[in-house]
Amino acid sequence: MKFGVVIFPGSNCDHDLIHVLEQVGGQPVEELWHKDTDLKGCTHIFLPGGFSYGDYLRSGAIAKLSPIMESVIAHANQGGFVMGICNGFQILCESGLLPGALLRNEKQLFICDNVYLKCENTNTAVTHLLSSDKAYKIPIAHAEGRYFADDATLEKLKANKQIIFSYCDANGIVDEASNPNGSKMNIAGVCNEGFNVFGMMPHPERAASADLFNEDGLAFFQALLTEVSA
Amino acid sequence: MTYEVYVNVLPLKGLLDPQGKTVHQGLNKIGLSQVADVRVGKRIVMHIDANSEEEAKSIAEDACKKVLVNPVMEGYEIEVAQNA
Repeated sequence: MKFGVVIFPGSNCDHDLIHVLEQVGGQPVEELWHKDTDLKGCTHIFLPGGFSYGDYLRSGAIAKLSPIMESVIAHANQGGFVMGICNGFQILCESGLLPGALLRNEKQLFICDNVYLKCENTNTAVTHLLSSDKAYKIPIAHAEGRYFADDATLEKLKANKQIIFSYCDANGIVDEASNPNGSKMNIAGVCNEGFNVFGMMPHPERAASADLFNEDGLAFFQALLTEVSA
Repeated sequence: MTYEVYVNVLPLKGLLDPQGKTVHQGLNKIGLSQVADVRVGKRIVMHIDANSEEEAKSIAEDACKKVLVNPVMEGYEIEVAQNA
């Protein structure tokens, strides 16, 4: 097992992610430069948050053309693990590795806030240490986080249990009031049909340390060290 | 020959366009109550070297499908002007 974090021009959560992954994994994390194509033997590839290429054209639209993304897409298509957080999620949707798109927040504002997440499927590589009864406090920081897909896609995601996180309140109630950005069905994170590509708008890497007074996000990464016990 | 090609990109009709909605409210506020709806998109201008208008359009179409437009959220129209 080897973790790698892709760094695009404009990535700004790369080092937060590297820090947490090094703490959790107990080994150095590879930095994967966007202009390279070599994944350096990494088994787990992470696309960090930020504003790759200044969010020009659409968030993630230019990053998907990076040389490294050809290798990331090939890795994903062979069943390799890929996870995108925030801008990383936008890039995965733009690349076609995940369904749907992230639109401008309903109220047009950039939202930087702690929100609560309900885990909708506790049987995946990222979520198998999580409980479906707990509301996880995880921060969001985005202007384009309104998850959108057409109704047929949403139905399919639901039926296949590909919706992994929904926005909820502190008591785990998923409703309109707990939806910060207008996402369809309160969706905060999804995965692909193969359950090897994950994307989420909230930042668990910013909530994985006692120094930050929030460790709710730690289990998201610790889960990767052990097999899913189905 | 070089053609000037315009791509007009708009959010899909059924989609909430918060930017358009905000601009609409602003226009109504200054008394332009006749404005019934606003959607905000973008216009992309390209100079394309091609042998014919059709070829220029087909190159633009390719650019739209691969990069310029995300069909999940946007629709587009291509206009080819005479020589750039």
